[in-house]
Parts: sequence; structure tokens; C-alpha cells
Amino acid sequence: MNFRLIKILFVGAALIANASLHAAEVTVFAAASLTDSLKEVAAAYEKESGDKIVFNFAASSTLARQIEAGGPADIFFSADEAQMDRLEKKGLIDPATRKSRLGNSLVVVVPSDSTLQIKSASDLTNASVKQIALADPKGVPAGVYAKGWLTRQQLWPAVEPKIVPTENVRAALAAVASGNVELGVVYKTDAAISKNVKIAYAVPRADSPDISYPMALVKDSKQPAAAGKFLSYLSSEEAGQVFTRFGFLLRE
Amino acid sequence: MTAEEWQIVWFTAWVSALSTVTILPFGLALAWALARRDWPGKSIVETFVTLPLVLPPVATGLILLKLFGRRGAIGGFLHDQLKLDVIFTWRAVLLALSVMSMPLLVRAARVAFEEVNPRLEQIAQTLGAGGWRVFFTITLPLAARGVIGGMLLAFARALGEFGATIMVAGNIPGKTSTLSLAIFENVQLGDDPRAFRLLGVSVLLAFTAVWGSEFFLRRKKAT
Repeated sequence: MNFRLIKILFVGAALIANASLHAAEVTVFAAASLTDSLKEVAAAYEKESGDKIVFNFAASSTLARQIEAGGPADIFFSADEAQMDRLEKKGLIDPATRKSRLGNSLVVVVPSDSTLQIKSASDLTNASVKQIALADPKGVPAGVYAKGWLTRQQLWPAVEPKIVPTENVRAALAAVASGNVELGVVYKTDAAISKNVKIAYAVPRADSPDISYPMALVKDSKQPAAAGKFLSYLSSEEAGQVFTRFGFLLRE
Repeated sequence: MTAEEWQIVWFTAWVSALSTVTILPFGLALAWALARRDWPGKSIVETFVTLPLVLPPVATGLILLKLFGRRGAIGGFLHDQLKLDVIFTWRAVLLALSVMSMPLLVRAARVAFEEVNPRLEQIAQTLGAGGWRVFFTITLPLAARGVIGGMLLAFARALGEFGATIMVAGNIPGKTSTLSLAIFENVQLGDDPRAFRLLGVSVLLAFTAVWGSEFFLRRKKAT
């Protein structure tokens, strides 16, 4: 047999074994609204560092529950401070690593072929609006923010009977995109993702609660070093550019 | 138990019962046609009816969502012509429960019909009874236990349906929220006490249904 071939194979196997020994796999539990932007940030980071980033995207409230139950997260990236506070109170995250860098805003979306006009928040109470898709306002951040906005406008009691609560903000977006509800309230960054919806009304930032995305290291992380590296990458200039391109606001 | 929780229990029981009653005429007709007649395409229809039993419930839900959505073949017609929306309303719950529980009724009723001796039906016919009369006075009474068993199975399946329901009806408090959906939601939101209360009711409901059916079937046998 060819001696050289064996040598190449051997060296190759050693390299792979070496790489897998050193490359860490960092698991990030992240808010559903971060799906597209964070995947892009992670792809760039994986190329640079050789580490692998694995995601679990869901409603932040669901993720917080999973971490409480011992879910294998290294980093928690929440869409609101309340969920992060909950974990911090229970001592499940490392408060020293906690940082809120991203912001977002709310928009009212309608199916792209809809003729519905929304000029102000009070138009949501019109009879032509029968159903409104919203992330579950009982706990899912996007829904909690939207409820906060409508409560400030003193419209919540009138709007509440029309609400179709969904598992997370992306499910609300999908309900609008499929045309099964007249409109939905989602983040501006979500509206930009789908071709099947258009923005009917942008909620002024002063009218809605402050939307802030905290991230932190999870205490039980099996590889705090690798996770910490990715966490600081999330605060980097490059990552910031990606997030801005997707429509997030940088808060620093 | 709060008023809202009772509403969920009541709605779940009520819509499950309604779905069982809704599928009864279709289910019995189909079961009879499968048991007593040979026709082209029979095996294909049989397979289609059984499909919801083997497909992942969310897959069935997705098919229903696409068909009955406002832009779907059936949902579009209902929306434009009759101003009737299905998705995200209680009608969607009824639809999901009916489709998901139909196979159980059809399979049980079919076996029950097959076990009725055809000679008895033939004798009734020679004595002058028409097709409907034979069915209602001979076939159905003799197959009653199997049919009732199938109805209870269908009802029980409807009580616990989750996957298809969440796809087509969502989980709207006071409108489409059923026991399974509410339990899942409350666990997700961290309201364990409430989830446990609803769990308790589920166990009670299931126990009563099964125990009641056993009791009923035993009485039936004795007479």
C-alpha cells in the first residue's frame, strides 16, 4: 500500500481530532426575534474562531423557563429585562456579564395585499380589524411590550377581545403573512424579514415601553471561557454592524 | 378554580362532544360502506380516513391550515362567499377535533358492522324491510356496543387533541383555548399551580369518561 497515502490519512485524522478537541460548542438560548441577525453574526464568528455556535430560538419567556429547568445554555439573550431579572434573582446567570446593547421598536403589520389603513393606535379598535396577532401578552416579551403600548394609549380593554396570542413574535408574523388575521404587532426587525407583510404603522418609540435586549452568561455553563469569548464578540463593532443592518438599535 | 379555568374545562368538554356528534353520521355511513360494500377506490378512501391517526398531528394541522386559511381553497370560499372565518375561531377547534377523531370512530364502527351476521340483514330484507329500516333495526342495534366504544374513543381523542388544534385555532383565551393548550401555555409561562389544577381536571374528566363507558358496556352485556 502507498505509504504516503497512509501518512496523509493519519495526519488528517490527527488534525480533525485536534480541531474537535479545541473547538468548543457554545449553546445560545436567544429570543425568536434575533433569529436571522444572530445566525449571521454567529456564522462570521465561527469562521473567525473555529468554535461552533448552536442556537435555541424561542420566546424569551419559554427560554427562561427552560434555563430554570436546567436547559443546557451557555448564553441567554433575552428580548426583555424582565426575563433576565427573573433568572438573575434565582442566581442562574452571572450578573457581572450582563449587558444590554440592542434595542428595537414595534410596528403594526398587515398582509402585503391588504388595503387596511392604520393612521394611529386607535385604528386598531375599528370594526374592520377583527383579529390581531400578538406574541402572548401574558409573558412573551413582544406581546408584553405591545400590551404596554396599547395600555398607555388606553386602548387595551377595547383591543383585548381581538387578540390572537401566539407562542412567539415570529408566529404572530406568520399569522399575518398567511392572511388569517387582519394585522399583527411585531418588532420592526421582524417586519423586514417577511415579504408577505408590510408595515402599516410604526409605533413611535416614546409611546411604547423601552425595548431592550439583555444578554448574559449562564452560571451553569460548561465552557464559560468559550461562551465569554462569543459574548464579547456580540458587543463588537462587526456584530453591531450586522444587528444595525437588520434594523436593531444600538443602545450604547 | 377560577371562572376562566371553568370556561376552559366546559369549552373542551362541549366542543369534544360536539365533534363526536358531528362526525357520527359521516363516520357511520363510511364505516358501513367500508364494511358492507365493494367499490372502486375503497382502499384509497380507507387510507385517507386513517391518515390523521398516523400522521403527526401538526402535519394534519398544517394541511387544514392551508385548506381552511383565508387564502386556502375552502377557507377562501367560505370567507369570500359566506363571510365565514374558520382559522383562529372555535370552528377551527371543532374542525381539528373532528378530523383527528374520525379515524377512531370509523375503524371501531367498521369492525362492529362487519361482525353483524349479514344473514340477519338478508332475512329482514326478504321480510320486506328497506335498506334504511334494516340498518336502523338490525345492523345498528347489533353493532351498538362497537359504535359506542368508537364514539367514546373519538371523544377521548378530541379531549386531548393538541397538535392540530394549535396549528389551526391557536390558543385564544376564552375562545379557542382547550385543556391541553391551556396546560401547555401555563407551564410555558411558569404558572405551575394553574397548570396542575387543569391537569387535575383532565385526569378527573378522563377517568369519568373511561369508568362511565366500562360501566355502561357492562350493563349492556348483562341485559
